[in-house]
Amino acid sequence: MTNHERAVAARMRSGSERIADLFSVAREENRAVFLPFLTAGLPSPASSPRLFAAMAEAGADGFEVGIPYSDPLMDGPVICRGSEQAISKGATLDRSLAILGEVAENTGLPSLAMTYANPVFRRGADRFCDRLAEAGAAGLIVADLPFDEARPLGEAARRNGLGLVLFLALTSGYNRIRAVAEAAPSFIYAVANLGVTGERREWSGRVERLVEGIREVTDIPVVLGVGISTPEQAAIAAGLADGFIVGTALVRRVLDSSGEEDAARSLAGLVGEMASAARR
Amino acid sequence: MRARLHRPDRRGRFGEFGGRFAPETLMTALEELEVEFAAAWADPLFLGEYHRLLELYVGRPTPLYPAHRLSERLGVEVWLKREDLAHTGAHKINNALGQGLLAHRMGKPRIIAETGAGQHGVATATAAAVLGLECQVYMGEVDIRRQAPNVSRMQILGADVIGVASGAGTLKDAVSEAMRDWARTVEETQYVIGSVVGPHPFPWMVRELQKVIGDEVLRQSEQLPDVAVACVGGGSNAIGMFWPLAGTGVELVGVEAGGEGIGTGRHGASIGAGTPGILHGARTYMLQDDDGQVLEAHSISAGLDYPGVGPEHSYFQEVGLARYVSVTDREALEAVRLLALTEGIIPALESAHAVAWVAREAASLRHKTVLVNLSGRGDKDMEMLVERL
Repeated sequence: MTNHERAVAARMRSGSERIADLFSVAREENRAVFLPFLTAGLPSPASSPRLFAAMAEAGADGFEVGIPYSDPLMDGPVICRGSEQAISKGATLDRSLAILGEVAENTGLPSLAMTYANPVFRRGADRFCDRLAEAGAAGLIVADLPFDEARPLGEAARRNGLGLVLFLALTSGYNRIRAVAEAAPSFIYAVANLGVTGERREWSGRVERLVEGIREVTDIPVVLGVGISTPEQAAIAAGLADGFIVGTALVRRVLDSSGEEDAARSLAGLVGEMASAARR
Repeated sequence: MRARLHRPDRRGRFGEFGGRFAPETLMTALEELEVEFAAAWADPLFLGEYHRLLELYVGRPTPLYPAHRLSERLGVEVWLKREDLAHTGAHKINNALGQGLLAHRMGKPRIIAETGAGQHGVATATAAAVLGLECQVYMGEVDIRRQAPNVSRMQILGADVIGVASGAGTLKDAVSEAMRDWARTVEETQYVIGSVVGPHPFPWMVRELQKVIGDEVLRQSEQLPDVAVACVGGGSNAIGMFWPLAGTGVELVGVEAGGEGIGTGRHGASIGAGTPGILHGARTYMLQDDDGQVLEAHSISAGLDYPGVGPEHSYFQEVGLARYVSVTDREALEAVRLLALTEGIIPALESAHAVAWVAREAASLRHKTVLVNLSGRGDKDMEMLVERL
């Protein structure tokens, strides 16, 4: 399929259906779903979609498009710096959502907004979801919205055909796993390390126990994120879970690049390696 | 008027405010903290130890002092609740000791804190020293410069002070960085938050630990005042005084930082000029733009330089249990001079905001009795006072 055909086909199915398709296709191909994260508006709002296009060509399955936020509590220094830079270059909320729309349209890949609770509720859950759906987003992830507070947004997302993603962490016990499963998110974002987003040399051995714990309760797809920055770590994640997310390593490449071309090349290189690591 | 709430609801809400908007990694710790604090707060052994420390170590009860010369000058009968006389020089120690004891009880060997003016940092470092805990304090780079004496105090007390350069380098950024640390270290660390902010159960727990201020006022005053006034950044000294007085007929007034004037946009008046949003884990009044980006606050006093406010204050405002006003940097500075010259007390710039409101409104308060929570002393502000007064 060409990108255009993909985009046309995408419009026939709801966002949450497209997310589900991602996992069923990957399962048939015996690989994990690879979702790169990149902040919208890097290195500048105008050149941002081009970087997502480069990652699509290099083998990304879909995207987490970061809506830059002033106080990202779940993020480490690299993504914080990325957000600050994007905001200072003019990535307002509307501009960021427009970038997400362009990415979804150009690549035809399911794209999820990654954001924080305040921008969502400031606009209003319904209006925010309505705008996301209009832009062609497949779903959304809200870093500081545990399931306990997620119901109103979940309903707004459902009304707009969007998939809402919920989190579980190494510290989540059985009751929280059960409650998240009952809320039926599009996938479970399993936080693979303690702490905030960022690269880590060590891989937490406790991830396996978390994934097992989730599997015992539900067959909702599990996607690992936080602390996955090398192809080796990606391969381990792919062996454990249905998908994985890489963010900081990509944002760092953009921040360290000398310009748009350099950033696109650098991203494509890492995304290509990560996509290979996704094959089991 | 709806009544004060003894405890927020099951979801940690005071009416529409509060809640628990936190990363999943912290949720189990927050649930545990709620259970552990509720158990400790009902345990006579824990309460006994806490009150023993408040009495013998902090020096409570703090005096309720009739400020005669100030009263004469203003034509208003002013009473000062002397939290500035508590050990370490502010009300913050009430909370830090309580949370430190709780960390000790929960078997957590390390505590972390954020600080703006440095008073909570000093209080936490003090609690860590006396309870034998390891302590790290996050403090914005700007605040490290403007509250230098408190940085030295924390270091002498054995705490590590970690500078936070992100954002404006002030209290908001220090809270964010402390929360990030906690997400990484949650299993062996207790986050001793300094005000009635943050995700549930923090606003409730810190209020319970600061309530001692108002409880003492009830015991110390033969007749209740007409008005009770306190400064409000996050609002822990204010809620500590207000809560026991709420519903008794005393008019409660919270004074926010007016900075350079509300009209200039450079202020910290989250209730007076903000809108409801989600900041640091709770739904509350805050300073934000149309996109929901958090705006920088401004105040001459580091402790009020915060773009949010405790969710229970948002509730008090909403249901009319208290009203919230603001005074400017300039008015607060003048109030420092006023109190120094009439009473021989140099208040913290934060607490001076409460005094400043009384001075400004003296004509309408004539013949009333007004209780001011003098939440801290001004030693830490000397450099600023020398420069600006």
